[in-house]
Amino acid sequence: MAHADDKATGIGDLLQNVVAWPIRILFKLIDYPVTAIQNVIGIRRMPWLFLLPNLAFFGMFVIIPLFMNFAYSLTGGTELFISERPYTGGEQYGFLFDCDNYADPLSCREDRFWKGIFNTAVFIFFQVSFMVLFSLITALVLNREIRGRGFWRAVFFFPVLLSPVVVALIWKWILLRDGILNAFLVSIGLDRILFFVSPEWAMFWAVFVSIWAHMGFYTLILLAGLQAIQPDLYEAAEMDGTSKERVFFRITLPLLWPNMLVVIVLALIKGVQVFDEVYVLTGGGPGTATQFIVQYIYNTAFTNQVQNFGLASAASMVLGVVLFVLTLTQLAATRRRDND
Amino acid sequence: MTDATQSPRSVKTLLGARRGRGKMHWTDVFTYCYLGFGLFLMFAPVVWLVLSSFKTPAGLQEFPPTFLPLGQISVEVDGYDEPLLLFDVTMEDGSVQQLAQVRRIGIMAQMVDPADPGERLQIPIASREPVREMRMAWENYRDPLERFNFMRYLWNSVIVTFAATMVTLLINSMAAYGLSIYEFRGRNAIMLFVIGTLMIPITVILVPVYLVVTNLGMINSLWAVILPGAATPTGVFLLRQYMLTIPRDLIEAARMDKASEWQIYWRVVMPLAMPAVAVLAIFSIMWRWNEFLWPLIVLNRSEVYTLQVGLNAFQGELDVQWHYILAMTVVTLIPVVIVFAFLQRFITTGIASSGMK
Repeated sequence: MAHADDKATGIGDLLQNVVAWPIRILFKLIDYPVTAIQNVIGIRRMPWLFLLPNLAFFGMFVIIPLFMNFAYSLTGGTELFISERPYTGGEQYGFLFDCDNYADPLSCREDRFWKGIFNTAVFIFFQVSFMVLFSLITALVLNREIRGRGFWRAVFFFPVLLSPVVVALIWKWILLRDGILNAFLVSIGLDRILFFVSPEWAMFWAVFVSIWAHMGFYTLILLAGLQAIQPDLYEAAEMDGTSKERVFFRITLPLLWPNMLVVIVLALIKGVQVFDEVYVLTGGGPGTATQFIVQYIYNTAFTNQVQNFGLASAASMVLGVVLFVLTLTQLAATRRRDND
Repeated sequence: MTDATQSPRSVKTLLGARRGRGKMHWTDVFTYCYLGFGLFLMFAPVVWLVLSSFKTPAGLQEFPPTFLPLGQISVEVDGYDEPLLLFDVTMEDGSVQQLAQVRRIGIMAQMVDPADPGERLQIPIASREPVREMRMAWENYRDPLERFNFMRYLWNSVIVTFAATMVTLLINSMAAYGLSIYEFRGRNAIMLFVIGTLMIPITVILVPVYLVVTNLGMINSLWAVILPGAATPTGVFLLRQYMLTIPRDLIEAARMDKASEWQIYWRVVMPLAMPAVAVLAIFSIMWRWNEFLWPLIVLNRSEVYTLQVGLNAFQGELDVQWHYILAMTVVTLIPVVIVFAFLQRFITTGIASSGMK
C-alpha cells in the first residue's frame, strides 16, 4: 500500500508539519488525565479506554438509531419524539405493501414508494450493467502498453472525486434547453430535445451522469485485478499462437472474474442508494420519473407537508434489508477474491 | 508501473506501440480511439463549465453559445462622453468597416467612424455585427462571494471538513491502536462489530439519527454534520491493518522506558502509521467536502449551509442565476482539483489497495 510509494512519505511529512500541530497540542492535553487513568485501571484495561470514543460514536449514531429505526416504523403520527408517538404495530408496513398488483405501482396505496422501487430497479439494471461494461473496457485499454498510463488513468478517474452537486450542475448546464448539446443537435440539423421534460431522457441522463461520475472507481479496482494476472500466462499463450480473443475469454476474463464480482456487488450497493447527483440534476422529475427509493424516504420524512417519520422508517427498513443481503454478498465475494 | 520506467520514445514508435510483434491489430486502433474519446468525454464538460463561468449573463443566454467568453469592444470617440460600442458594418458597396454606434432608433442605427467622428451614418441594424474580444466576467466570482452568503458557505465547508477530519483521525486511530497493539478478550468480537457497522449506511437510519441530533440540540449547527459520520469502519479497518505491521519490539522497548500507553500511542505508533493516517485524512477530506444528503437534512438555515447545500439551494431557485452558479461550482471544484493534482497517484493506490471510496 502506501509505504511502497515514495510520495507517501512526502505526504506524511507534509501532514505532520502543517496539519498535525493542533493534534500535538490536543495530545499533550489528553496525556495527563489518560496516564492518571492508566495508573488506576492498569494496562490490561487500557484497550477499552482507547476504544471508548469510537464505540460511543458508533453506539450513538449507528447502533441506537438502528433499533430506533425499527421502533419508529411501528409508530404513527407526526411527532418527532418517539415517546409521543402512538404505537401502530405493522400498520406502516401494511400501508407500504398494500397493492392490488405488485407489478403495477399505480395499483398500490402508496404508489410513490413503489414508483421509487421500480425506478431504482430500472436505474440499477442499466447503470450497473453499463458501468461494469465500460469499467472493464477502460481497464483493459489502460492495461495495454500505452504511453503515459498514469495520465490516462487520471483522465478516467478524476470525476470520482468531484462532489455529486458539482457533477450534476456540470451536466445540467450542458443539457439545458439552450445548452451546448442542444446547440450541437441544432447545428447538425436535428430538433432540440427538452431532456428534463421527457421521462425517458431524464432517466437516460441520470444513468449516464452517474456512470460518468463513478466509473473511474470501478475501473481502478479492475485495473488492479488485471495487473495481478501473471504475465507468463500471456507469454505462454503467445508462444502457442493463441488468438487474442481466445486469450481474453480463456485467461483474462476467468482470472478477473472474482474482481468483477466485487465490482458488481459494490456497484449494486451504491446503486440502491442513488440520490445525490440525480436529485440535483432532475429533482426526481419530470413528475416522479427519476424519483428513487432514498428520495422517497427523504421526502416522506423531511420535505413533505406532513412529516411521516414512521412511514419513512418502514421504507428505510426495507432498504436496509436489501443492503444487508447485498453487503453479505459483497463480503463473501471479497473473501473469495482474496483467498484465490 | 511501466510508464515510469519506460525510456522516452519517438512519436513514431508511440503510434506504433502495440502488444506482440505482428501487424497492427484492430485492438490497437480501438485503444487510441477509445482513449481520445474518453479524454473528450471526461474533460470537455469541465472545460465547458470553466469557460461558461466567465461569461456575462447576456453571453450565457446566447444560442448557439460561443466557445470562449466574449464581450463587445467599446471605443472612446471624440465628442462623446461615454465609450461607444463597436460594430463590423457591411456597407452598401459590400465593403466592411468598423463603426461605433451612437444610438439606435428602431431598425436603424446612427453610427460614426471612430477615426472621423464628424459624419454620422444611418445603418440598418441587420447589416452590422458586434465586434467582440475575449473578456472574463470576474464579477461572476466576486459578486456571490461579496453579496450573497457564499463566503459563509465556503467557510462552513472548510470548518466542517477540517473539524470532522480531525475527529475522525483521532477516534479512529485510537480505536485502531486498541485493536492492533493489545491482545484482549473480545477483540475479535469488537472488530466484527466495527466491520458490521459497514452494513448500515446513513441512508438506512436517517430518521433516528435526525432524532438523536435533535435531542443533542445540534440541528442547524455544524456539529450535526461533523459528528455523526466521525467513526468510520473503513477508517478503523485501514489504520488497524497498517498498525498490525508495526514491530512489537518497539512498543515493548517504549514500555521498558516507562512510557505511558498514551505516549506510546502518539509518540511511537502514530508517527509510524502516518502513511495510513494520511490516506484516511485524504479520504475524510473528500468525503466531508462532498457530503450532501445529510447536511441537506440537518442544515435548514442559510447561515449554516455548506457549499454543496448552498449550491443546491441556489440552483433550485425560480430565477436561476446561472452565471453565479457556474462560478461557484468552479470554486467548489478547486480544492478537489488541487488535492487531485498533487495526490492523484497516492489516492489511486489507496483505493486500489483498500477498495474503499
